[in-house]
Amino acid sequence: MIRFESVYKRYPTGREALAGLSFAVERGEMAFLTGPSGAGKSSILKLIALIERPTRGQVIVAQQNTAALKARAIPQFRREVGVVFQDHKLLHDRPVADNVALPLIVAGVPERETTKRVRAALDQVGLLGREKSRPMELSTGEQQRVGIARAIVAKPPLLIADEPTGNLDPALALEIMRVFKRLNDVGVTVLIATHDLHLIEQFPARRIVLGDGRIMADTAPAALAAATSTAASLAAAAAAATPAAPASA
Amino acid sequence: MNRLRAYLLRHAQMLVGSLGRLARQPFASLLTAAVIGIALALPLCLELILQNAGAATSAWNDAFEISVYLDKGVSGERAQAIQKELERRDDVATVRLVTPAQALAEFRVNSGFGSALDALADNPLPTTLLVTPSLAASTTEGTTALKTAIGAIAGVATAQLDSEWVQRLDAILELLRRVVLLTAALLAIGVLLIIGNTIRLDIANRRAEIEVMKLVGATDRFARRPFLWTGFWYGLSGGLIAIGLVAVVEFAIGGPTARLAALYGSSFQLNGLAWPTVGGTVLGAAALGWIGAWLTASQHIREIHPH
Repeated sequence: MIRFESVYKRYPTGREALAGLSFAVERGEMAFLTGPSGAGKSSILKLIALIERPTRGQVIVAQQNTAALKARAIPQFRREVGVVFQDHKLLHDRPVADNVALPLIVAGVPERETTKRVRAALDQVGLLGREKSRPMELSTGEQQRVGIARAIVAKPPLLIADEPTGNLDPALALEIMRVFKRLNDVGVTVLIATHDLHLIEQFPARRIVLGDGRIMADTAPAALAAATSTAASLAAAAAAATPAAPASA
Repeated sequence: MNRLRAYLLRHAQMLVGSLGRLARQPFASLLTAAVIGIALALPLCLELILQNAGAATSAWNDAFEISVYLDKGVSGERAQAIQKELERRDDVATVRLVTPAQALAEFRVNSGFGSALDALADNPLPTTLLVTPSLAASTTEGTTALKTAIGAIAGVATAQLDSEWVQRLDAILELLRRVVLLTAALLAIGVLLIIGNTIRLDIANRRAEIEVMKLVGATDRFARRPFLWTGFWYGLSGGLIAIGLVAVVEFAIGGPTARLAALYGSSFQLNGLAWPTVGGTVLGAAALGWIGAWLTASQHIREIHPH
């Protein structure tokens, strides 16, 4: 689904974010990108979403070499990739429902179908009933979840997320991760950039550790399986620490 | 079919949505529309004047009469002989003979110089023949040929085509018509630029929104659409304001025009702009708005890359 072949990314400022990085994520896989900030997590996601272009090397997404993609093919390409942005990127003068519906609207999905799918997506992130709210009236965590609903509403085969739980309390973060896991279970390829190691521990998924624009470690889920039991107890502890956990809502 | 309906529905929503957006900034929107309206009102006012000047002078266009002044020494018999000769021509309908005495009497009545004329020792006016060309010859070429022929007759001092000044007026009106067209073309370009600039600022203000739309897969065409409708509304409202301004001008100069006409013994009344002109202006302005927005939005939206 995603293949990076000795990818270099140097920004106009001269900062080298990626230094000859290669990896692949298979269709239906779920993987975490971790590492300290500045390690290149965001750069990788931006290259996948065609927000940035590699300085050197090849980025292949869904069998398409992104370098060969014509400008007019980019919108269609982006509809196949759901992106959760770290800064949410919501339209603040539109209600939540419109924000979530945006990927469907730009794709020309009929109105009735749109309404239905928007409700389903909001339900998944626990925001059903907040359709008419403005993003400004929501907490940062809720805005984050609106962003997630928007990323999944068009049911893209590939979902990438940049720190999707960064602003959420542990219980809510866990719930959101479960949403991602559920999507993965039905075949969606999921790539999540996060430095929330505590959270990652609870999910037996592949972990790609970045450092200085290179891959420092790439751990398969099997190797993590042993750690899962401790993760489960940690999750229970987190849930207990937050009485009003929406997981039970 | 479903897609087409969804597409048309989105267009309708954007049509209304862009109007709502304009209504949220009534002052700024009105200002832009007013600038467009004033720019369009200028050529429309010129058109109004031309249209009425054309109507006022069209009645005189048939007045192809030739005034033939005879030499001072020509006798009454010779004058009647020339009259007979002219009446025999195919291209002449009627010839009226005005003797110096009749001319003087007419002049005395019409000019108000009665007592001053008494001081003259003898009548200075020549014998005059008023020649009306036949219907077939009542064209510019026909009367000009007739005038030349009459001028060659012995005893004729000058033959003057009374419609010459009408023709000159027509030529002036034709020239002014060109000026109106050129002015209209220049101001139409001006309107395109005004709308283009307004849309450009609009796009700059909504850059973040366009970036988000592009990030979730909006095509440039899709992102451009609301701005086209904004341009449409600017153009349409500008066109309506222009028509309103011209109506005010009509109202303001209608009274004085009628009084002026009355002083000339005419019942001429100022006519409003023709309906096709009104309709064409409003639709044309809306189209200009759309085109201006299209030119700007196509370029600027293409240049927006999300980051």
